[in-house]
Amino acid sequence: MPARDPEAVAEEVFAALADPSRRSILAALASRGPATATDLAASLPITRQAIAKHLGLLTEAGLVIAEPGERRRVRYRLQSAPIQVAQQFLAALARDWDSSLDALRRHLSS
Amino acid sequence: MGFPDRIERSISVAHPPAKVWEAITTAEGLGTWFGHKATVDLRVGGLAQLTFEGGHSADLRIERLEPPHVFGYTWGISGLPADDPRRTYVEFTLEPVAEGTRLTVVESGFAQLPDDLYAGAFGGNVEGWQSELGELVEYLDARA
Repeated sequence: MPARDPEAVAEEVFAALADPSRRSILAALASRGPATATDLAASLPITRQAIAKHLGLLTEAGLVIAEPGERRRVRYRLQSAPIQVAQQFLAALARDWDSSLDALRRHLSS
Repeated sequence: MGFPDRIERSISVAHPPAKVWEAITTAEGLGTWFGHKATVDLRVGGLAQLTFEGGHSADLRIERLEPPHVFGYTWGISGLPADDPRRTYVEFTLEPVAEGTRLTVVESGFAQLPDDLYAGAFGGNVEGWQSELGELVEYLDARA
């Protein structure tokens, strides 16, 4: 795989997370571990067809990976690397040097 | 859009560089305006630890120390594991000006890529976890 631009990686993560069905699929994989499309359809209010479509998109984005196995028994597993790239983006937005420097200014004047 | 790799701010304060230097490099200063508490081993390669309100903390590794002009350190990126090799670099530059000090802070490195993004299909983690869990099973079996 060629080196990827962090912006492109983060964008795919945010696009994936913008959809409530995909968020609930990712949340289910994060909290309960790898699962088949059938497992997910049984535990979420989403049809199996819709789950298959979302899992395809999430695989494409590198957010989940299909474990080797026969069709219909394939388990999907969450991949954390792209999410950690998106987290770097969020960390930059959350840094808030403005508040820290205001506090420094107040400290110097006290 | 654009991945924000670098954050830069400048402020002017009506105090001489020596006073600003003390505020940004001593445990007393850092533990007052930046964190809630601080320990500082002030030398290149030395560590400083900041504890914030609420209990979370940050470990700073001092990289540049040119009193009273340049203070640089690296620290972890919020949300990533503490031992993650990705760290941002923060550099404070103090410049004497007529009214006191011009202080500039630059934090860079938010957009660096983790090595495993190059490893192909993000597959490294799967094997990593499977082999770690395999090792755990072997370890437990050996003790049984």
